[in-house]
Amino acid sequence: MSLPTTPPLARPSRPSWLAIGVGVGAVILVGAAGLLLGAAGIDSIQVVRALLDALPLIEVDNTLTEIQLNVLYEIRAPRVVLGGMVGAILAVAGASYQGVFRNPLADPYLLGVAAGAGLGATMAFAVSGDSSVLAPFAFLGGMAAVAVTYTLGRSVGGRTTTSLILAGVAVAAFATAIQTFLLQRNSETLRQVYSWILGQLVTVGWGDVVGLMPYALVASAVMLASRRMLDVLSIGDEEAGALGINVVRLRWVVVIAATLATAAAVSVSGLIGFVGIIVPHTIRILFGASYRVIIPLSLLFGAAFLMAADIAARTLVAPAELPIGVVTAFFGAPFFIMVLRSMRRSG
Amino acid sequence: MITWDGVSVTYATTRVLGPLSLRVDDGEWVGLIGPNGAGKSTMLKTAIGAVDHEGTVSLSNGKRRPGLDIAWMPQRPQMPDDMTVFDYVVLGRTPHIGYLGSESRGDLDSVETALRKLGMLEFAGRGLVTLSGGEAQRAVLARALAQEAPVLLLDEPTASLDIGHALDVLEVLDELRAAEGLTVVTAVHDLTLAGRFADRLVLLGDGIVRGDGPPEVVLTEDLLRTHYGRGVRVIQDQDGPTVVPTRTND
Repeated sequence: MSLPTTPPLARPSRPSWLAIGVGVGAVILVGAAGLLLGAAGIDSIQVVRALLDALPLIEVDNTLTEIQLNVLYEIRAPRVVLGGMVGAILAVAGASYQGVFRNPLADPYLLGVAAGAGLGATMAFAVSGDSSVLAPFAFLGGMAAVAVTYTLGRSVGGRTTTSLILAGVAVAAFATAIQTFLLQRNSETLRQVYSWILGQLVTVGWGDVVGLMPYALVASAVMLASRRMLDVLSIGDEEAGALGINVVRLRWVVVIAATLATAAAVSVSGLIGFVGIIVPHTIRILFGASYRVIIPLSLLFGAAFLMAADIAARTLVAPAELPIGVVTAFFGAPFFIMVLRSMRRSG
Repeated sequence: MITWDGVSVTYATTRVLGPLSLRVDDGEWVGLIGPNGAGKSTMLKTAIGAVDHEGTVSLSNGKRRPGLDIAWMPQRPQMPDDMTVFDYVVLGRTPHIGYLGSESRGDLDSVETALRKLGMLEFAGRGLVTLSGGEAQRAVLARALAQEAPVLLLDEPTASLDIGHALDVLEVLDELRAAEGLTVVTAVHDLTLAGRFADRLVLLGDGIVRGDGPPEVVLTEDLLRTHYGRGVRVIQDQDGPTVVPTRTND
């Protein structure tokens, strides 16, 4: 075909600079708020001074005590960073599941992946008591759960949206039942498991951040790299296949990456639901429906969202703490109903 | 050139297509006609490997890479509501881009050219859900053209188009075929329209080729009555055969 000499009229969708700016700004602002706020009652202005002082080339009077600095750098900072990482990968995993299953309600929590990963992690505790095998076991549990959910959802309802989610709910209930049973039977050794059933970021340190990092980086990179392919999948398996896509392989690649991310997140923070629904759908409404837009922005807005939820979790009933999963469910459940209603209208 | 050689498709124990052998030469336009359920869509799908089949479908270049060598336009495409027309037509470039790649300038130019040929440039930024039936059909066709494959298999490309747009679209295809030597196979319900554009019509009935030849040979009252189950009148004049529905069944 002849080449037009003018620049192309349009380009494929991509995140606007405005959207990226808002996302980065939100991560920075919420992250800073996470450092400033907390139960230890450290004066915010002093924290700002300490943080400024820590920057190279800036000298400010740092009035925080050794203990306060310890709280800031060893408790608050890793918690903020971990919250951001977990939020980012849960959101991007949710968006990826929605793309490969062509189902707007798919989410690590609702597909049973999180519960399966939780069961896997519990089994790891029960079998070995060694926390280093947690992530692989959580991954295997998550993969088993998503495989059962997908097979079950297809066998009962073809490709309908609701059958997949109902299958996910059943798988999650089943996994949770076995998990509870294991917990009851091994209440001594498994007390630590209880802490993350409802999801929380309480006991984290830099070790957790370092442990999560490789999984988060690899899985996010794979999902990010697949964003264009997820758009191709949105026209259905048959048409995507006619465009030369190996649909089965693509689905496996993305599901494995999303499940790896979910399992890694679950093994440090427990079951945090609805992040994968709230974040991608908000982006879809505000910035565009292409996965080229949704996937990268989910990383940014997912991070900001979960850091904000964590601030709420630790300040609303201070000095006690709410499990962060309770906060996300409080916002997520009504949001889920909203998405459900909009599907009714359009389909 | 595309060749179906002894192709048959069986669902459970029912054979829905074939055995069927057909050769369509480079630059040739074959119109696939036949009643509902005759196997037209199934025959096109065997070429892209979307249905399991016996026998072989082969291309003259010795390859059969879905997307690159064959562009297929489905009868009922799945169109995501909130995708833009431009993003949708860009999907047609998928076979040309690696997993990690992104669209080159050349890819975007191909998309723009396809949109322009079908008069869809002004719709580029619109969501698919906002299109009329005819506009949506042209968007799907634009996606198929953007693939720039040498063989075009189009399943009812004009079903939702008014007579003006149908003629426009078929003229565009005819020009492309002449300019670039494309091989075109279209399944068409409108027998008169099929005969106006195709060099050759192939009549399928119960999955078997029942008639094959120039329009004036295939569009006969006898053949059509036998396979469509109703009498029609066929008027032959200098434009070719015109099929006229009648109420009397004789």
